[in-house]
Amino acid sequence: MGKINCTTVAFRGTPEQEKELREKLQETKKMQGGLMPSLQAAQEIYGYLPVEVQKIVAEELHLSLEEVFGVSTFYAQFSLNPKGETAISVCLGTACYVKGSGDIMARIERELGLTEGTTSADGKYSLSATRCIGCCGLAPVLTVNGEVYGRLVPDDVPKILAKYKNEGGSL
Amino acid sequence: MKTIAALQQIYENMQETLAVRQGNAGKRQILICGGTGCTSNHSDDIAATFDRLLTEEKLQDKAEIVRTGCFGLCAVGPIVIIYPEGTFYSCVKKEDVAELVEQHIKKGEIVTRLVHKETDPSVTTLAQSNFYKKQTKVALRNCGVINPERIDEYIGREGYKALIKVLTEMTPAEVIDVITKSGLRGRGGAGFPTGRKWSFAAAQPGAIKYVCCNADEGDPGAFMDRSVLEGDPHAVLEAMAIAGYAIGSHNGFIYCRAEYPIAVKRIQVAVKQAKEYGLLGQNILGTGFDFDIEVRLGAGAFVCGEETALMTSIEGHRGEPRPRPPFPAIKGLFGKPTILNNVETYANVAQIILKGADWFASMGTEKSKGTKVFALGGKITNTGLVEIPMGTTLRTVIEDIGEGVPNGKKFKAAQTGGPSGGCIPAEHFDIPIDYDNLISIGSMMGSGGMIVMDEENCMVDIAKFFLEFTVDESCGKCTPCRVGVRRLLEYVTKISEGTATMQDLEDMEELCYYIKDNALCGLGQTAPNPVLSTLRYFRKEYEAHILEKRCPAGVCKKLITFSIDQDKCIGCGLCSKGCPVKAISRTDYIATGHKLASFQVDGTACVKCGACKDTCRIKAIVKK
Repeated sequence: MGKINCTTVAFRGTPEQEKELREKLQETKKMQGGLMPSLQAAQEIYGYLPVEVQKIVAEELHLSLEEVFGVSTFYAQFSLNPKGETAISVCLGTACYVKGSGDIMARIERELGLTEGTTSADGKYSLSATRCIGCCGLAPVLTVNGEVYGRLVPDDVPKILAKYKNEGGSL
Repeated sequence: MKTIAALQQIYENMQETLAVRQGNAGKRQILICGGTGCTSNHSDDIAATFDRLLTEEKLQDKAEIVRTGCFGLCAVGPIVIIYPEGTFYSCVKKEDVAELVEQHIKKGEIVTRLVHKETDPSVTTLAQSNFYKKQTKVALRNCGVINPERIDEYIGREGYKALIKVLTEMTPAEVIDVITKSGLRGRGGAGFPTGRKWSFAAAQPGAIKYVCCNADEGDPGAFMDRSVLEGDPHAVLEAMAIAGYAIGSHNGFIYCRAEYPIAVKRIQVAVKQAKEYGLLGQNILGTGFDFDIEVRLGAGAFVCGEETALMTSIEGHRGEPRPRPPFPAIKGLFGKPTILNNVETYANVAQIILKGADWFASMGTEKSKGTKVFALGGKITNTGLVEIPMGTTLRTVIEDIGEGVPNGKKFKAAQTGGPSGGCIPAEHFDIPIDYDNLISIGSMMGSGGMIVMDEENCMVDIAKFFLEFTVDESCGKCTPCRVGVRRLLEYVTKISEGTATMQDLEDMEELCYYIKDNALCGLGQTAPNPVLSTLRYFRKEYEAHILEKRCPAGVCKKLITFSIDQDKCIGCGLCSKGCPVKAISRTDYIATGHKLASFQVDGTACVKCGACKDTCRIKAIVKK
């Protein structure tokens, strides 16, 4: 289940977000086994699950923070770190791996100076590995903010990154 | 809520539309794949362009657009099929749409340029293609045929007829009897007889029982269940309701992988439509039977594919497995009797009820009945989704359906069963694929991932890849898995770096058997399989890493070096320009007959990315 990286980025939640979350939790807390749907709703609202948000969930669901933290750190989809503005995810599923997605990951790491599972200090880029998004016909694939790029070779990486560098404005 | 008579009417109304997709004359239908593979390849843009052009040219009564699930041949997406001709267009771009409208829709002429290229050029339909013709579609019968977001199309394909039959003509015991006699075994990996599982839960007393569907397809590189959910979600709902009736349950849960947004959406749409039609909910079709289904999303934990872990996860906890017994059929979700089957297993159920146990049992081998869906991927020409009768040989799948390994490379092994399975080498090419045969050769059926590897894949590296995955995904509850698999990874890493001894190899093998015997759940017990099966068939490769410090496939980075053949090098400098770490520099040496000085690689700076080898036009870069 990997290591736990707690973020050092300051929490910037708004009262509106908190109101939305508390409203949503009124529904999910009635569900049998509602903690996972609650955390999924919270991550949808905030983009990640900082401890401040987990406290709200614990409070509303009448659970200990320890139990909430246990669940939020168990599952790969729950992130305790904010994602970068440009969130890059490289598929390391078997079909992509045998077609060289490891080299794609290495190239991105080098181009961005980031390692897998981290966010750049300025919050612009984050890089993660995913295990199969199900379009193995396009292997190897990566996604940038949900957009899928397939049939890649390492040399495609700079072109893709350049696209987001320009669109995102500054770096 | 609809009555049974109203459903019959919908069925009849749909026949004309569906007949066009069988080749009958009628208004043209443009089927566009809306599965994950083609959607990632912008099939939405193609559909939007068709829609715009049909509107602009006022052709709406000449042709209509149907968004379907996966056609199976993901390698050549996005796929468009135009009926009644059934013309199979592959790799379609949105720029091609105008031509298709102009020529095919308006004039009825096939656009030869875009037709999928087959070895026999007269073949223009998917059904006659090499990829398709040796397949038998049972679980995938509606995928790529119907619009999954229209319940009427499912009903038109005899959908919910099995549920009506069960509720009006059969007792729960008769339902279980048919499923048992059909010989259907769980398609999620373990292959437990479905009918028996249902009978255990049915025998339990109590008013509260659960029917669960495992849609948390965790094997990386497998996408069978996703395609069924995306292409035919009602088949799963219908089967779950039938299972609920059979065991006396009124509540179902579908636990779906969150990484599959299209599947999640389609299944939610399907649940909503089924409720509106009174096919789920209270008093289904007025028969007095209640059954409801809730969709829950996973959150990315491989271990949640294990049945007890999945239930713990639905309960809202860390998805850790529980010791069995008690088995879920006795004490499962929320402590109540529960059955759990995977998506593909459910996708067979309605067909078995309608066509009978004997029909299903007539397909397959003695102990493995029916068909199996495989997600064919890796180094294979036709990547995609394949459904074959059990007992088909690996050769048929790889050579005929998959059309072999591309780029003239040699087949090395097919990996089945994902991180719990093993590799099948070329020597077993003619073994009929079924549950028991695969286990006898050290692999397993698994949920149906089949990844093809060629001579450029290193088996030590593959074993290492799977161990990294299992170490990452181990839930940590039991020591053999949490610590043991990590130790295994350390051994394999040492081997891949050329620092291991033969003693390490021996110790590693012993540890494999220890983990198999002692881990708590199926995932831990099978975690050593990738090591054991590669050792069984490719021991020489392991030995080459240890004794000769050499990676025969040229993959393990610590054991390879790049150099430049100074006499071949023409000094063009392309490699040097492309080197990401500037490890290539010019020498003073000019080879005979050349004008420019050769280049050389600085071995200490080289990161072994291989970029130079790819750019060199005269193949002067040597990888050893």
